[in-house]
Amino acid sequence: MAKYLLLKHYRGAPAAVNDVPMDQWTPEEISAHIQYMRDFAARLEGTGEYVDGQALAPEGAWVRYDGEGRPPVTDGPFAETKDLIAGWMVIDVDTYERAVELAGELSAAPGAGGKPIHEWLEVRPFLAAQPNVTECH
Amino acid sequence: MDEVLLRSLTPSVLGILVRRGADFAAAEDAVQDALVEAVRVWPADPPRDAKGWLVTVAWRRFLDATRADTARRRREDLVDEEPTPGPTPAVDDTLQLYFLCAHPSLTPSSAVALTLRAVGGLTTRQIAQAYLVPEATMAQRISRAKRTVSGVRFDQPGDVATVLRVLYLVFNEGYSGDVDLAAEAIRLTRQLAAAIDHPEVAGLLALMLLHHARRAARTAPDGSLVPLAEQDRGRWDTKAIAEGVAILQAALARDRLGEFQAQAAIAALHADARTAEETDWVQIVEWYDELARLTDSPVVRLNRAVAVGEADGPRAGLAALLALDESLPRHTAVAAYLHERDGDLATAARLYAEAAQKAPNLAERDHLTRQAARLNARRGR
Repeated sequence: MAKYLLLKHYRGAPAAVNDVPMDQWTPEEISAHIQYMRDFAARLEGTGEYVDGQALAPEGAWVRYDGEGRPPVTDGPFAETKDLIAGWMVIDVDTYERAVELAGELSAAPGAGGKPIHEWLEVRPFLAAQPNVTECH
Repeated sequence: MDEVLLRSLTPSVLGILVRRGADFAAAEDAVQDALVEAVRVWPADPPRDAKGWLVTVAWRRFLDATRADTARRRREDLVDEEPTPGPTPAVDDTLQLYFLCAHPSLTPSSAVALTLRAVGGLTTRQIAQAYLVPEATMAQRISRAKRTVSGVRFDQPGDVATVLRVLYLVFNEGYSGDVDLAAEAIRLTRQLAAAIDHPEVAGLLALMLLHHARRAARTAPDGSLVPLAEQDRGRWDTKAIAEGVAILQAALARDRLGEFQAQAAIAALHADARTAEETDWVQIVEWYDELARLTDSPVVRLNRAVAVGEADGPRAGLAALLALDESLPRHTAVAAYLHERDGDLATAARLYAEAAQKAPNLAERDHLTRQAARLNARRGR
């Protein structure tokens, strides 16, 4: 029972096998892709492994504190940002192997030509808040 | 109304329904409905016979649900109106439920969820909150678990060891949300110990009580971890310790040692020391040797290296550590601690920082980072 984040990148991941930008797919291929993602999430709900899934807009800004009584400073977006997160899915599974298996299935979502994209997804374990009761004495 | 008392009736009520011929999945839903109804009705109108009330309401719910189901499927002769007494159980119903909910065909997370609902009487929402997943996800996990065990015969004896593993998992989760899983695991293990006479069940109960006794002292007010040696022993729950030790001694006297009894013996030796300095590390090392024979777990050998470091000095601990795989979780943290004890603060600080990077949870990461910072600050002076 551990939670993992399956992270999808707009930029920053190694190149996918079927690496055609989405705006060059046919409308049917886009629909098929979206349907695959929906079905995947629904299937994980059915197996009792789904926690959350969200997509992010590519446009964002950098924000930082600028001192007492001053509004925060904003900057960007920076076109050169190398790593750009597109969205995530959070899963709750029994083993790391299961997390990898599910990431593999998600990466098989169809793209151009109806073929799997083979896109690289990042799998990151969550840090639990506390250690196991019997581990920390 | 005593919610824990109400929930403690769950397994026997469910057992009665199943023996009357209800299938497990439908009976379990009916019992949940009856529990919810009891919470609603009892405060204003408490029944004289709580269990009888639950059985009556749950059986009615089961019949209603089955009738609706039957009507849908046009199989109207599925269930008799009058409950038929099933065959006399060979084994206690409650015990059978523990076996079923920890059946080896279930994944650990499914077995945990099913045990908490069907034996513990917790609602799906409570279980979902405790494990920080959506209620819909937990509902699916439980209904899949029920489908998985639907073909398992209720009267088959099961394996106590699988049940203990599930209860140990629940205990280790601690608490989050409004359900105290550690306390619930203790309640369920206590209930199991009443249903079966088994030294390892007693061993696990003792282990849980001894660890639970230290809970208040284990974290500082800001939530940070307090290591065993630095805990305020005045905050340990002496009543829980006394109960744990008594249960453990009775179990050990039966001379059928198992891993939970050995772990409890180590916890008892810590509990027994009025100060960290009085800890009987030599005996703790002996128990770790025993535990290593029983489990051959690398985690046990890592903990043993810590104990050797205390009993025979840090050099001996580091020597014991050399024999172990460096990729073991917490290997680096143990090495850091032993190097600090050995006076090599530079190495210790570096290893603490490295261990923090690999820590499996936030509290340990913060603790290890503070250890590194503490040594770096001292060396900087």
